Amino acid sequence: MPMDAREIERLIRDALPDAQVTIRDLAGDGDHYAATVVSEAFRGKSRVQQHQIVYQALKGQMGGALHALALQTSAGPAPEPDTAKGYVL
Amino acid sequence: MSAQQQIADAIASNDVVLFMKGTPQFPQCGFSGQVVQILDYLGVPYAGVNVLASDEMRNGIKEFSNWPTIPQLYVKGEFIGGCDIVREMFQAGELQSHLKQAGVAVKQPAA
Repeated sequence: MPMDAREIERLIRDALPDAQVTIRDLAGDGDHYAATVVSEAFRGKSRVQQHQIVYQALKGQMGGALHALALQTSAGPAPEPDTAKGYVL
Repeated sequence: MSAQQQIADAIASNDVVLFMKGTPQFPQCGFSGQVVQILDYLGVPYAGVNVLASDEMRNGIKEFSNWPTIPQLYVKGEFIGGCDIVREMFQAGELQSHLKQAGVAVKQPAA
């Protein structure tokens, strides 16, 4: 049973509440999507680890109901160090 | 010999091994074909393992790496990633440098 883009987004958000998620349907068959996920949870993690976090969020659907998910993950821009903000010369 | 043992042996006895659908000469999946193209472009010697040959292999590799899809690329025993990650690394020139650091000959200079 193919997956709906909103279902994919919901599962990812459940696991990564801070995530910015964009999903593109590549083939219109509910089976081939591209997703970009930006979350602080990825910071310091390898690409493999980042993708595994997303696969875990999809609760085993990846490779089953969901045949292909072209995935791009990132932690987003590094947060400004607090000291820099409050530091006035 | 169990699928897990066959997988471990293939990884241990090849510097670069690609678990894929089909063979390097006849990939049977677009994603597997993309990684084959990248490795061929770089002129990297590698072993192709056709996971479609047996269900045990096809599921065994996913368990082995805790990665739900095929293809899967390994360099010197380390799981590098699937099609997305290999392509992203290739486009960033990271795959070339990773292979060189691992002592694997690469024909093409970083793009």
